[in-house]
Amino acid sequence: MPGAFNWLAQLASITRFSLLTIPERKGACAAAAFGIGGVVAVLVGTLSIAQGFRQAMMASGSPDAAIVMRSGSDTEMVSFLGPESVRIVADAPGVARTAAGPLASSELFVIINLPKRDTGTDANVPIRGVSRMAFQVRDDVRLIAGRRFVPGRNEVIVGRGAAQEFVGLDVGSRLRVGRNEWRVVGLFTAKGGLAESEIWTDSPGLQTAYQRGTSYQSVFVRLASPDAFDEFRDALLRDPRLNVKVVRQAEYYAQQSRTMVNLITGLGSIIAGLMGLGAVFGALNTMYSAVSARTREIATLRALGFGSGPVVMSVLFESLLLALAGGAVGAAGAYFAFDGFRAATMNFQSFSQVAFAFAVTPRLLGMGLAYALLIGLVGGLFPAIRAARLPVAAALREN
Amino acid sequence: MSVAESTLVQVQAVEKFYRRGSETVHVLEGIDLGVRAGEFLALMGPSGSGKSTLLNLLGGLDRPTKGTIEIGGERMDHLPDRPLAAWRARHIGFVFQFYNLLPVLTAERNVELPLLLTPLSRAERKRRVAIALAIVGLAHRAKHFPRQLSGGEQQRAGIARAIVTDPTLLLCDEPTGDLDRKAGDEVLNLLQALSRDHGKTVIMVTHDPHASARATRTVFLYKGQIVTEMPK
Repeated sequence: MPGAFNWLAQLASITRFSLLTIPERKGACAAAAFGIGGVVAVLVGTLSIAQGFRQAMMASGSPDAAIVMRSGSDTEMVSFLGPESVRIVADAPGVARTAAGPLASSELFVIINLPKRDTGTDANVPIRGVSRMAFQVRDDVRLIAGRRFVPGRNEVIVGRGAAQEFVGLDVGSRLRVGRNEWRVVGLFTAKGGLAESEIWTDSPGLQTAYQRGTSYQSVFVRLASPDAFDEFRDALLRDPRLNVKVVRQAEYYAQQSRTMVNLITGLGSIIAGLMGLGAVFGALNTMYSAVSARTREIATLRALGFGSGPVVMSVLFESLLLALAGGAVGAAGAYFAFDGFRAATMNFQSFSQVAFAFAVTPRLLGMGLAYALLIGLVGGLFPAIRAARLPVAAALREN
Repeated sequence: MSVAESTLVQVQAVEKFYRRGSETVHVLEGIDLGVRAGEFLALMGPSGSGKSTLLNLLGGLDRPTKGTIEIGGERMDHLPDRPLAAWRARHIGFVFQFYNLLPVLTAERNVELPLLLTPLSRAERKRRVAIALAIVGLAHRAKHFPRQLSGGEQQRAGIARAIVTDPTLLLCDEPTGDLDRKAGDEVLNLLQALSRDHGKTVIMVTHDPHASARATRTVFLYKGQIVTEMPK
C-alpha cells in the first residue's frame, strides 16, 4: 500500500498547510463557521420544540395502559360513553384488578379559559374529571404540594405545567368552573407527561358543573400486562352492547401529537433549509476565497509533485472542519438556550393547551452536526474542484 | 560516453498551440532541442516567445500538442496526470521567479516539502534538508519564515528546495527576475556551481543577458521557434 500511504501523507501535509493559514483568514473563517452555527442552532432549537412536545405526549402512554372512547372518535372531546358502557369496559377481561376493584377510570374532559401568565391572553386549559382509581391507572402521577381533592367538595388538583403557564392555579387559589367555584388543593407531576397540563377533579363534580348527567367521554384502564391488550380490545369490540374504539394510550398520544409535531418539524425544516442555503453560500464564499488566496501555493505544491486528489480533499477537509466547529458551537448554544425551556402550545386535536419543556436530545445534536457537515461538504466541494483544476503553470506566477 | 548517452533532454518536433474561440494560437513550432547532462542552458527570448511554455513542457506542467519529449531516456509527455506528478517529484527541481515558498512554513520546512512525497524517514529528511541548506549557504536561516528572509535568501531557499531530492533536472524560470543585481549574482553563482561542481543539469529561462552569460549555452526563442540569433 505505498501508493495509498503516499496519498494520505500528501493529504495530511496539504491539510496541515491549509489549517496553518486559517489565522490569516480568521475573519472569513469565523463568519462562515458562525453562519453555519446559527443554522444549526435554529434547526436544533426548532426541532427541540417538536421533540419536547412529543415527549410530553408520549410520556403519558405506558404500554400496559389503554383508552376506550366511542367508536369513530379521534379525541375524547367528541366521545360519549354512558354509565352502562363504562361498567362493561371496567369489567372486561385483561383489565388489571386490585382488592378495591378494576383499575379503570371513567373520565370527563372539559375545556376552560384561563389567562396565560406570560401574555395575559386567554387560552384553553383542559380540566379532567377522574374516578377514584385514576391515581392507580396512571401511576406516574405524584402530588408535589397540597393534597388530593375530596370528591363532592369542588376541589381540584393542578398539573405542574398548567400551574406554571396559567394564572390562578396556585395551591390555595380559587377557580371559577362552570357554575361553581373550585378550590386548588394540590399540585402534581406526571413525569413531564400530558397530564401535567391538566386540572383534575372528581368526575361526578364535573358532570354536575357541566350538566353532563351520568355520561363520560373516556375510560382509562390499566391492563394486567401489555400483552393483555388484544384480549381486552377483542372482548370490547365483540360485545354487541358496546360501540367503542380501543387504543393503547401510547398510540392515542402519538396520534394526538402527530399534527403538532409534523407542523413544527416541517416549519423548522423549511426554516433551517432556507438558512442552510444561505450558509452554503457563506461557506462557498469562504472556501473560494481560501482557494483564491492560496492559488500560488496550491500550484506550487502541484508542481512539486503533490497530486490533485489530496488538494481536493484538503479543501473539503478544511470546509468540513469549519462547519463542524460552527455546528458544535450552534448545537451547544441551542442546548444551553433551549433545553428544558418551558412553554405551552395548542394541541390541535383536543383544542387545549399542552405545557411542555423543549428537549434538545443527543439525536437532535447529532442531526445538527450532520447538517453542519452537509453544509460544509456542499460549500467546500466546488472550491475544491476549482483548486484541483487550477492551471498549474499559469497559477505559479500569480501574485 | 557516447553522445546519445550524454544527452539528458531530447525534444523532437514539439509544437504547442491553444485554441481561443475559432482562432488557433501557435506558441511553439517545430522545436528540436537536446540538452547534455551537466549542461547549464539559458533559454532567452522576448515576452511571448514561448520560452516559459517550453520550460513548462520540460517540467511536465503542460503537454505538447505534437512531438515528443524524453528526459533521461524516458518519454514523459504522454504520462497521465498522477504518474506525471510522481515523475515531476522524482526528476524535476523547480526554481521560480517569485520563489513560491509557503509563507506559513520555515525555510527548512519549505525545503523539506518535496521529501514529504518520498518514503524517507524524518531523520533522513532532516539530514538532506540540512545538506541542501548548507549548499545554498542558508543553514543559519533554517528556522526563519520567508517573511524574515531577504529576496535573495528566499530564492536560495527555493533552490535548496529544488535540489533537496537530487533531481535529474533543474528548471529555473527567471530566477533572478525579482532580485537586485547583487542578490541575482549570488543566485547565478549558486546555479553555476551546482552545474559545474555538482554536475547538475540546469535549464534557465531569462530575459537578462547578464544572467545568460553565466550559462554554458544559450538558446534563443523567437515567435515560438528556435533561432540562431535574435532578430534586431
